[in-house]
Formats: sequence, structure tokens, C-alpha cells
Amino acid sequence: MTTAPDTLAVRVRRGRQQRSLAHRILRSPLGAASLIYLAAVTLIAIVGPVLVPYDPMTASLQDVFAPPSPEHLLGADSAGRDVLSRLVVATSFSLLGALITVVVAAGVGIPAGLIAGYRGGWFDSLSTWIAGLLLSLPAIVVLLAARAVVGPSLWLVMGIFGVLVSPSYFRVVSSAVQAVRAELYIDAAKVAGLGDARIIGRHILSVVRAPAILMTSGIFAVGIAIQASLDFLGLGDPTMPTWGSMLSEGFRNIYRDPTLLLWPSIAIALTCVAFTLFGTSIRDELERTGDRGRARSAAPWAAPATRPAAPERHDSGHAETDPVLTVSELSVAYDDGESGWTTVVDGVSLNIAKGEIHALIGESGSGKTQTAWSILGLLPQGGSVVAGSIKFHGDELRGLDPHRLSQLRGRHIGYVPQEPLSNLDPSFTIGQQLTEPLRVVLGMNRAAARDRALQLLERVGIVDPQRTYDSYPHLISGGMAQRVLIAGAVACEPDLIIADEPTTALDVTVQAEILDLLRELQSEAGVAMLLVTHNFGVVADLADRISVMRNGSIVETGPTAELFDSPRHDYTKSLFDALLDDAPARGAWTPREVRA
Amino acid sequence: MVPRIHNSHMITFILRRLATGVAMLVTISITAFVLLNLGATDTARRLVGQTASAEIVARKAAELGLDRPLGERFFEWITAALTGDLGRSWQSGQSVVDAIATRLPVTLSLTIGAVIVSAALAIALGALAAGRRGWTDRVVQVLSVIGGAIPGFLIALILVLVFAISLRWFPATGYVRPEDSLGGWLATIALPVIALSIGAIGSVAQQVRGSMIDALRHDYVRTLRARGLPHHRVVYRHVLRNAAGPALSTLGLQFIVMFGGAVIVEQVFSLPGIGQSAVAATVVGDVPFVMGIVIVTAILVVIVNLAVDLLQGWLNPKVRLS
Repeated sequence: MTTAPDTLAVRVRRGRQQRSLAHRILRSPLGAASLIYLAAVTLIAIVGPVLVPYDPMTASLQDVFAPPSPEHLLGADSAGRDVLSRLVVATSFSLLGALITVVVAAGVGIPAGLIAGYRGGWFDSLSTWIAGLLLSLPAIVVLLAARAVVGPSLWLVMGIFGVLVSPSYFRVVSSAVQAVRAELYIDAAKVAGLGDARIIGRHILSVVRAPAILMTSGIFAVGIAIQASLDFLGLGDPTMPTWGSMLSEGFRNIYRDPTLLLWPSIAIALTCVAFTLFGTSIRDELERTGDRGRARSAAPWAAPATRPAAPERHDSGHAETDPVLTVSELSVAYDDGESGWTTVVDGVSLNIAKGEIHALIGESGSGKTQTAWSILGLLPQGGSVVAGSIKFHGDELRGLDPHRLSQLRGRHIGYVPQEPLSNLDPSFTIGQQLTEPLRVVLGMNRAAARDRALQLLERVGIVDPQRTYDSYPHLISGGMAQRVLIAGAVACEPDLIIADEPTTALDVTVQAEILDLLRELQSEAGVAMLLVTHNFGVVADLADRISVMRNGSIVETGPTAELFDSPRHDYTKSLFDALLDDAPARGAWTPREVRA
Repeated sequence: MVPRIHNSHMITFILRRLATGVAMLVTISITAFVLLNLGATDTARRLVGQTASAEIVARKAAELGLDRPLGERFFEWITAALTGDLGRSWQSGQSVVDAIATRLPVTLSLTIGAVIVSAALAIALGALAAGRRGWTDRVVQVLSVIGGAIPGFLIALILVLVFAISLRWFPATGYVRPEDSLGGWLATIALPVIALSIGAIGSVAQQVRGSMIDALRHDYVRTLRARGLPHHRVVYRHVLRNAAGPALSTLGLQFIVMFGGAVIVEQVFSLPGIGQSAVAATVVGDVPFVMGIVIVTAILVVIVNLAVDLLQGWLNPKVRLS
């Protein structure tokens, strides 16, 4: 233990990072306002008691309930004491009381958290238990009991309150130390010869900084509130003017002179709000570091400088007379705020005819799933279709009213997602999730929807439909969940199914079954399907046509047989090579020596 | 729809939580008893008056049992407490259980009223903020922070000043029992309930908002929308339901916070809850009464925590009962 964490903390606090943080806080209006207010209050607390015109405790019979006047700017109270002087002197006592709470809380919570996090074992268990105990009772009840023991001492009571809130510091510090300790053995800093204490100090500081500032300002606010409540209840020290005792005095004379209540109320409310806003604005600023994606980009999307080459087409003459889906020159981009737009799909065109299975194949990150989501109109936040058109039975979907689009989904376009279990709502039974769209979209009654859902479950090959119908998602296997999701996709008899990697998350044996099921359902109903996958094995005997996608664009497209017989694009060839090598189709082909 | 949780698991779970609760009660009893009695040396003098002779003070101390060993007195107290007897108030001689039993319903009706009001408003505001985002979200967030920062009793004072004294819409003080007049009861508890709720609304709404925004990122949200369900239905039915667990935990914590707040707010409205008598007992150092209030509060905490756990189990079919 050569360097104590405290000295590191001081050193870092003086550093550049803190200064820029202060700068950032001043830029946020609420943060700046609360900081200025708190600085003013602190100044009043320090120099005010020396400057006040009257002694805050001296009663004066002729000034009882004196109205505001040049002598008594805010008037005088029921004992003729000057309200302004009392308010100023009370500022010192109230802030000092809260400061004691913060110091005791930090003084108890931080060392205990450091030891518990570093040593673990019985000390950790015991102190965690005590922390839970301290937080379980309402503080005011404990303080009432404590007041019965220690008498009317402001400082002692605020100190005890500090102990009561110390678990907040304890919890943050001990979990931070634990996390750092767990990483310590792989930490390069250790190799570099830095001592444990120094590593822990630095790491903890970076983890703990934001919650500690938020907590400290929160405890200041609560300390002022608690101190005011105790004084208001008449449990404080009668020889000390505090905001709470002024409030109590104002409340007793509420009918006589309500303004006596006004000034301490304003002081307490503003100070509590300022501390809280100060804390939250610091936290917001610290959390925003490296996350500037909130703001909208100022510039509209512009097509990237390098345009994708036209795809290799195996059938230039192929034209659908009545396509179910026509996507042309589709581009999808994400608004990254200050850094502009990220284009994930660029110039994608594809046609899907009635009853056709069209496979969209490519490695992960090639934009297949983004294309699928944009057809459904369900791109994640920040993403949008920035160019091109999506026509469903000849009707443009891009820019369609959200309500109309919502009516198309489910009823006309079905969706089979990639990860079966995360795509079922864990809080509802399978039955509820299957019947809800039937009732909302198709307007079926409860009994009809239930019968239909059970039929669907049976159709997708679930052995005991009733049991699955009543189950929650966590009780069924991934393969079963995917069958349920397929049942959901075909429930409203759509004309088009978008299946996004429907077998990727499943075991190999289950994969084949699910593919068989998809093929059966597709041929039965003559429904068109967009099958997104990264696996050529999946598409080989399922798809009618294939589009190969790479870096957001389609590089080659054509009927399955032709594409397999004579792949033209290098990337398609490399995917075939990978398939023949029985290796997973990942990444573009690179020369062996480079790869090694 | 009640999830089917294996009965024996549920019983083990409840028993374990009860055991934790009992351990907590025992620790609190011992700590509170020892500390309160160590501080009770002056109580005998305070009760008989400053002018009383040393002999009278000693007799009073003996009468209260202050001359006997602490361990013996604790044993006596806890055996009686187990039979539901918390002793007699040193100040009034009244049975502590009776005194608390007549006052607790007032404090609890404030607390429960505030829990209901704040849950309803917080869920509505949090869901609105998470569902709409944008400026609605900003406004809800800033109001939540400000509402949570201002102490409840201060809000109570402002409400009294504005709605009871200036506008005269509500009675400023006093309490009407619900069995005497339901309308009168509602009028007397309306302002205190509002005062208690405002802080809780802020923190519960923040929690609802945060966990709904997390839940909105889940894959099933997209899939449900792909099934043709309207956005608002997915948000207010599925997302809200999945965000209910963390919100419930926060509400459980707020129950305890509001119970503490009620003790103070009662004073503002002169309601005959446990707050008034607790303050009086604190000032004179009436150990049995203060002990009684601490224990009753701790029991309430154990009950609320257990209720929250059971509700969590009911809400979340996947809850790990360990």
C-alpha cells in the first residue's frame, strides 16, 4: 500500500478531466443554474452570519410580527426577531447539518465498502447485511428513537442520519472494488508494476465518480429535508436558528402571518431542488461521454461517394408480371447525430413473385436483416429508409401512414425472427401471444381465436398443443419456440413471409425440421417468402432464387440452379468454396498466407 | 392469469423470506432496546419533574425497572412481546399495543392511499414518457426530479396554505373516521395523501420509464409489432407488463418512505396517527412506546417486503425462487 486511493482521487480531481466536466455542466442550463445557486448559498452560509444586521436569537417586544420595513427587510417573527437575519444564520446551520451527514456517511460507507470489496468473506457478508438493515427502516422513525436517546442535538442527530444513509456509499464502492479485483489478474497495469492499491484506486475512481457525485448531492438534499423535518416536529435544538425551526414557528402562526412560512419554505425547496438537479446534470454529462448519438444529424442523408456496382444478373430478362414484393434501389441509413449518417443498405433491388422463395444471403453485417426490417417498417430507432421504394402488390410502403402499415403487418406480411426465445414475450403464455393478433387483427372472438391457435400449433408439429398453449415461453425449447413463431407468422394467412435466419439459433437436427416445415407451409398456401440467411446449405434446396449480399449491396442475383452452376462474382465463389470446405461461410475470401 | 409455480417451492421461498424477516426483527429489537435503555437514565427524573427529590426519582426508576440488569429486562420484554404485549407507556400508563392500534389505521390509510395514488400516476407518466420520448419525456423527467427533491412535509405546508387556508376547499386540520363519514374521511386525507404521493410519483415514474425503455429494446417488441399489433398496444400491454417488476420494487421502497413521511405530514394536518404520539414519546424518552413504534414499523417493513416478493412471483412467471 504505497499510494492511498484518496491521494489519487485528489490528483485526478485536479486533472484536466474534472475541469472539462465543470465546463460541460455550466453549459447545461439546469446544471449551471443549480451550481450558481448553490455557490451563492454556500457564500451566504460562510460570510452571512458576520454581516447580518440583528442577532438572530434576540427577541424584541415592539417588533413582534413587524411587517417588512427598511429596518426589517423581511419583517419580524412572533418574538420580534429579524426574519432576514434568522434566515441567513439558519443557512449556515442547515448546510452544516447536511454536511455532517455527508461526511459521516462517506466516512463510514467508503472505508467499509473498500474493505468489504477487497477482503470479501465474513466482513462483506456482515456489512452487506447491516447495510440492508439500515436501509430497511424509515429514517425518520429511527431518528425519532435516536432523538429519545441523544436529546436535542442537531449535530449528533445528523451524524446518526449519516450512518443510516452510509449504505448508499458502501454499496457503490464495494461492488466497484469487487469488479476491479476480479479483473486485476488480467490487468496490464499489474504487469507494468503498479501496486494493487493504485490500480484499484484509479479504476474505482472512474467507476464510482458519477454515482458518488449523484449520491453526495442527493444526501445533501435529503439531509436538509430531514433536518428541517426534525426541527419542524419540534425535536431540534431550540437555541439554534434553522430553516426547519423557522418553518415550525411560521406554521404555528400560519393564520397570523403566512409570510413567515414563505421564506424558509423557499429556502428549503430551492436548496433541495438545486442539489438534486446539480447531481443529475453531472450524471447526465458523465454518461453522455462517448454517447453523442442523441442529437439529430443536421444534414440530410447523401448517398455515399462510392456507389455499389450493378449486381451480376443471371436473367436480365426476368420480369415479374405481378410481383408480391418489389424493392428497388433501397437504401437504409442510421442517423448518428454529429458524426452524420451510417449507410447499412445501399441500392438494393429485388423482386419476389407469388409463391416464390427468394433467399437473401450474405455474411453477418451485410445488411440482410436491415433490408428485412425495412420492408416490415420496423427498423430500430435512428434507422430509416433514405432512398428507393418498397412496393407490396404494387402499393408503395415507404412513407406510408404508420397506422396503414401496421394493418399490413401480420395480416399480409408475416415475420419469422432469428432468435426464437427472445422473440416471445416472457410475461405472457404462448396461447395469449398467439390469440392476441387473431383477435386484434382478424377480430376473432376468444373461443374462435383459441381454436385457431390450437390448430396452428398442431399444424406446426407441436405434439401437445394444449400444453404448449398454456405454457410460458421459458418452459419450451428453442425448436418449439421457433415452431410457435412460425405459427404466429402464418396465423393471419399472409401473402408474404419474411423469415430472418429462421434456423441459425437452432440445433442442426432441429434446423432441418424447421426448414421442412417452412417449405410445407409455403407450398400449401402458395405464399411468397423472403428467406434471410448466411448459410448456402439452407437455401440450396429451398430457394427458387438467390440474391447474394455484401456490404449493404447485392452483388449477384438469379435462379438458384444457375447461381450454383456458374457463380460469377468472386464473393459468391468464395462462399461456395467455404461451403465445400465444410467451413462456416464467414468473411470474404483472402489468400491463405495473409490469413495465417 | 396466475402462473403455475410449484407449491413446495413457493412455501420454501416464503419460509426463507420469513426467516430473514425474523432475523431482522430480532436484531432491531436488541439494538433498539439496548440503545434506548442506555439513554433512559434521565427519564425517571423527567417523568417526576425537575424539583423532585432524589428519593422520588429512585423510586420511579425502580418502578420502571431501571435498576435491574438490562439482559433480564430484555428477556422480559421479548417474552411479553411474543404474546403480543409491548408493555405500558411510561408516560401515560396506557398499553402500548392499544395506543398504537388506535393510531396506526390513520397513518396506514395515508400511506396506502398515497401508494395507490402514486402508483397510478407514476405508471401513467412513466409509460407516457417511455412511449412518446421527445419533449414529453423531458418534461416528465424534470418534473419527477423536482417533485422528488422537495420534502413531502413542505408540499403539505404549501397545500394547507393554498387549498385549506386561502381557498378553503379542504379542512386544514382534523380527522373524520371513515365509519362516521366516508366523504368527510376522504376530504381529511386528500391533501396529506397528495403531499405524500408527489415524491413517490417522481421516483416510481423514473423507474417505470427506465425499465420500459429497456424492455422496448427487446426482440419480442418487434415481433409483436410484426404480428400487426398497434404500437400503443404493444407499449401499454406488453412492454409495461415486462417493466412492472422493477417498478413494483421501487413502489415497495416508497411504501416505507411514505410511511416515514406520514409521521411528519400528520403533524401538519393534526391527524391522530402514530406521528403525534411518537414525537411526544420521543421528547420525554418513553422507552416502551418508542420501542413499540420501532417494532411495529419493522414488522410493517417485513410484511411489505414479503408482499412485494409474492407479487413479483405472480408478475414474473420466470422468477427464480431461490
